[in-house]
Formats: sequence, C-alpha cells, structure tokens
Amino acid sequence: MGKARIVHYINQFYAGIGGEDKADHLPEKRDGFVGPGMAINAALGGVGEVVGTVFCGDSYFNENLEAATATVLDMIKAYAPDIVVVGPGFNAGRYGMACGTVAKLVDENLKIPVVGGLYEENPGLEIFKRHAYFVPVGDSAASMRKAVPDMVAIVKKLIAGEEITEGFFPKGLRKNYFADKRGSRRAVDMLLKKIAGEEFVTEYPMPVFDRVSPPPAIKDMKTARIALVSSGGPVPKGNPDRIESSSASKYGKYSLVDIVDFTADNGETAHGGYDPVYANIDLDRVLPVDVVKEMVAAGEIGSLHDYWYATVGNGTSVASSKQFAADIAKQLVADNVSCVILTST
Amino acid sequence: MCTVVPISVTVGANRIVPTVAIPYPLGDPSLPPEEEKGLRRKLVRKALDALCTEVAEQTVFTK
Repeated sequence: MGKARIVHYINQFYAGIGGEDKADHLPEKRDGFVGPGMAINAALGGVGEVVGTVFCGDSYFNENLEAATATVLDMIKAYAPDIVVVGPGFNAGRYGMACGTVAKLVDENLKIPVVGGLYEENPGLEIFKRHAYFVPVGDSAASMRKAVPDMVAIVKKLIAGEEITEGFFPKGLRKNYFADKRGSRRAVDMLLKKIAGEEFVTEYPMPVFDRVSPPPAIKDMKTARIALVSSGGPVPKGNPDRIESSSASKYGKYSLVDIVDFTADNGETAHGGYDPVYANIDLDRVLPVDVVKEMVAAGEIGSLHDYWYATVGNGTSVASSKQFAADIAKQLVADNVSCVILTST
Repeated sequence: MCTVVPISVTVGANRIVPTVAIPYPLGDPSLPPEEEKGLRRKLVRKALDALCTEVAEQTVFTK
C-alpha cells in the first residue's frame, strides 16, 4: 500500500455543524479532513491521508436508516478509500450506533478494514464489534487526545500490512491456527498447573456474570401472584413467534387463560439443545402449568399470572439474555406479579 | 428450577431447586402419569417453599 486513502465518518457535532438542534442534518461529504480528522491526519505522519470526510446528524442517521446508509455508503465509496475510520464515538448512544452501522456497511459492501473508537459500554460496540477494530476510548470527548493515537496506531499497522493482535475490542471471531500440542494435552497441562496451585491461562475465558442480592421472601403464598418463565423454549404448538432453536434473538409472551394442562396438541418446545420428545408430548414437564393451576384452585397459591414468558437458552448470548430478562421483569412488575418460577432445561 | 445446578449457581440465581433431568426438569416419562404429576407437584411445592424462605446468599434447596 502506498499512501493510504482514508475516509473518516463523524457526526454533525464533530463536523462543526451544531449540537442537538442540528442532529437532523442530512449526510454530507467534504474533501480532506474535518474536525478530529485533522489530528488523525497529522498522526498518520504521511503514510496515509484523510482524503475525505463524511458526516451526518445522529438523529437523521438513526431515524432514516435506509436512506442514510445508502447515501453515506455512496459518499464513502466515491473517495475510493483503502481504510475507513469512524468516530471516535465515546459513549454517545446514537453516534455509537451510527459509527457501528457505518462500520458494518463498509465491511460488508466495500470489504475494506474499518477502525473506530468506542467506550466499552457504548451499545453500538456490542452490536457491531465484529465489523471494525474498535479501540477502547474514554466515555467523553475529553479523552480525544488519547483516543486519536490509539486509533491511528491500528490504522498504521493496517497500512504496513502487520498483523493486529491487540489494542482493540475482540471482534468475537474465531481464528484457526496450528497449535504445538493437541487440545487434550493442553487441557491436562492446565489441570496439572491448577492442581499444583500454579498460574495458568485459560484458552476460553468465561463471561463475567453479575450478582443481585436475593429479594425478600414471599410472606404468604396464598395471596401471592406467581408467574412462570422459562429458558427451556416452551411455546404454543407451532412456535408462533418462530423463536430460534439456538442463539435466540427474542422471547415470547403467551396466554395461559385457556390452558389447564399441556398436551401434544397445545404446546411444544422450540429448544434445539436437548431431546424435545418428552416436552413435545407433555410440556408440563418444562412449564408446570397443570399442577400450578390446581394449586391456585385449591387456594395454595393466590393467583397465576395470565401469561407465561419463554425463550430458548441455547447458545443465547449473555447480552441478549440480559435484555430479555430486563424487558420481562419490567412487564411482570407492572402486572403486579410478586414471584416467579423460572424453569431451565 | 433446574437440573444442572452449577450453571444456575454460575449465572447467579439466588433460590435454586434441583430438578429431574435436562429434557424433563419437572417430570419423569418412566413413571405412570399420576405418579409423574405427583413428582411435579412435589417439586413445585419445594419451589414455593424456597420463595417463602429468606436467604442471604445463593441457596440450593437440595432434595
């Protein structure tokens, strides 16, 4: 690569158009650098050049996704870039989403590398991280001075054709390589180190789960309102919402009003991670509606919430699961549910 | 209510009631229907008891 052609995407604020009152600004392009692109261009030290800047109001971009993405992609393409830089978007929600969307557009359509900068909690990062080298940056523009050299360091490595192994949020992509020792040997070596109390490095770090303090106990079950929720995929026969058998992208909410007992005719499991035969014959084995309804009739439980919630907990990401749980919990609280039986398979 | 208790512990559930098997946590197809339902009733009662029990930390309500 000679002097690499860089196109920079920013929002209306960094382009100097204006703040929130200009957030509906239509996509526009200018030759050369604009705003933070000046520092990026300088840091490139001549190995690359910001040949064009494309910018758009954050509200316009997110509210008119189809039109905005088409225009922005055309504008970027017009400069025939080798690399596209987005942001840094720090912890700005809509700007982060715009940066991520542009990264995806470029990655999928132009098939050239994208470098960006986002704060670790920016929602755009989780959704779009596989489409760019997103460098960790601070949560506000105050950290611009650190963000620019960190981002440019990656750009320079791309220009030089070097392998990029650090300095960005993992894209969540697997890369195959030939290891010296086979997996069983590496696992046993790790186990021996663990037994000996020595340091070892896992090859597959587990996600970090948060903790919540236990809510207080139910004082009187005879007046409690209980809800049934499950990650075992219990759905009405036919899986009306087409919840995926693995890596579920959604959850379902289904009425229990007309169901007193599950049979092979009114329920099934959408879960693809266990043998579905037993659940498809009698879904009470996953979601105990029959006995709970009897207990309500007998006065053992105050009442049963009219709906059950279900998703498939099979390879479903922690981020999706958290989102489903937050949504479901909000609705349950609004419906005065006092406790939940959550079944998992 | 779950069969693989270590998973529920790992993800942070506070009141955990162990169940029968992964494909039928609240049943047992080898039992006659009435007995299977009795088993399910017993497990749900255990969950109700767990909900009515104060806990200070993650607690497994063992069989």
